[in-house]
Amino acid sequence: MSNNLTKRGFEFISENAIKTFFLLCAIVSVVTTIGIVLVLLIETTNFFREVSLKEFFLGFRWNPTIKPTSFGVWPLLSGTLYFTFITALIALPVGLLSAVYLSEYSGRKIRSIIKPALEILAGIPTVVYGYFALVYITPLLRNLLPGIKTFNILSASIVVAIMIIPTVASISEDAIRAVPQSFRLAGLSLGITKFQVTASIILPASLSGILSSFILGLSRAIGETMAVTIAGGNLARLVNPLKPAEALLEPMQTMTAAMVEIGLSDITGNSTAYKSLFAVGFTLFLMTLTLNMVSQFIKNRYREKYK
Amino acid sequence: MGIAKNDIVLEIKNLNFYYGELQALININLEIKRNTITSIIGPSGCGKSTMLRCINRMNELIDDTRTEGEIFYDGRNIFDSDVDPVKLRRKIGMVFQQPNPFPKNIFDNVAYGPKMYGTRNRQKLREIVEISLKKAALWDEVKDRLLDKSLSLSGGQQQRLCIARTLAVEPDIILMDEPASSLDPIATMRIEQLLREVTDDYTIIIVTNNMQQASRISEYTAFINAKERRSGFLVEYGRTQDLFIKPQMKQTEDYISGRFG
Repeated sequence: MSNNLTKRGFEFISENAIKTFFLLCAIVSVVTTIGIVLVLLIETTNFFREVSLKEFFLGFRWNPTIKPTSFGVWPLLSGTLYFTFITALIALPVGLLSAVYLSEYSGRKIRSIIKPALEILAGIPTVVYGYFALVYITPLLRNLLPGIKTFNILSASIVVAIMIIPTVASISEDAIRAVPQSFRLAGLSLGITKFQVTASIILPASLSGILSSFILGLSRAIGETMAVTIAGGNLARLVNPLKPAEALLEPMQTMTAAMVEIGLSDITGNSTAYKSLFAVGFTLFLMTLTLNMVSQFIKNRYREKYK
Repeated sequence: MGIAKNDIVLEIKNLNFYYGELQALININLEIKRNTITSIIGPSGCGKSTMLRCINRMNELIDDTRTEGEIFYDGRNIFDSDVDPVKLRRKIGMVFQQPNPFPKNIFDNVAYGPKMYGTRNRQKLREIVEISLKKAALWDEVKDRLLDKSLSLSGGQQQRLCIARTLAVEPDIILMDEPASSLDPIATMRIEQLLREVTDDYTIIIVTNNMQQASRISEYTAFINAKERRSGFLVEYGRTQDLFIKPQMKQTEDYISGRFG
């Protein structure tokens, strides 16, 4: 028996080469991100050479294509924020309560039906949701609220809420299930009802995961394009904060929808309108980035809690 | 056995328990005397803990289980359909094998039960916390840091905190499932000591794998053994001294002298 120490065949491909290959794969996403941010930054800078920061961030009229043009982002921003708020109002409680039900109350059988249903819900293309809202939800709402417009915030919010409920429910449920069983047993053994144990022990212990799921859901709602464009319409108008209920029934234009509109219009690549697309995109990016950072912060800040 | 009827706080009658198809307990009959410590000993997997969890109806929380028989607590069958298991557990508390304090501070851990029962008065809660921690022999160690997180305590302290948490809701009976098995000898000794001190007010039923512990702390001992397929049945029950010094059954003698188990 002789010791064979010589490299042969594939053994010549060193571990380092393999490592480098994997590194390249991993780098793709980083490079893409940097590329997108750079393009956004450059074009946004170009935009602000032509339009003042004041006009963009403090302006109340959005009219990029028809003269006299105006690039005030507030109609879009107020539309986006209001739409996100209404969506959150529906999706976060429903998502959280579904998560509580699935993790604390449902038996194995019911869970095995609801969980896949939620996952299917998450897999439906957003354009389908958009038409679902337009064709079914809005007419249904019209029976209750006769004044509702064909395109309106409420319908868009409901459908996007349905879209993000799986995200909220599934991440929250994971967080709630991760709470050690021993806490539940300890609570129950003290003669406390299951509901009290859930509300006073389990939910606080899983707060960080629940909040992350909320924020992730919110950033999905902010970034959602197709469904809001189809169901919410494409009319940039300032949401009157004094009459929020009225605005619900009216059409709107979110930042994403405005970007679609500019992209589809026949403006030229050099026009201010074209560049405004990037400015809006950059603003949107900053908003979702902030949310993701807040989510990370919450995760790190509260993670120690039950270790 | 010579226990007077009115001293009996708990009477287990023809108790059978099933996990699905598996019968985990076979026809258990046991009478527990008030204000005593009763040990349940027996080999691993014989159903000691299962029996304990029947007494506060915690077994019902497990899917696909079935209980037959009766357990009378102060003359009332706890399995009667109008008995609320939540209220039952206020009277029959439990301390678990692994210390499981809540991820809250020390004060809130002990005050948790009373708070949930509706005590809002801070002063009253403070009294309850102090008394409970004193009974659990933890007060001197934590009185200056009641707002520290419970998880900053050592394992033994955590377990005494869990005992204080249980004492704070003033149960009649305390079920203990190997409460010292994860602790070092000194922490174990402190817990045994505090158990002996609280029997004026409480009845304690303790499952233990440690026969020295059973003989040190308990007045009565029940020996449960398992048939094939992990079905537990009661072999012998009596005064701890009698059971350890002159066991009636061959199986008991074999078990306590370490010939199996």
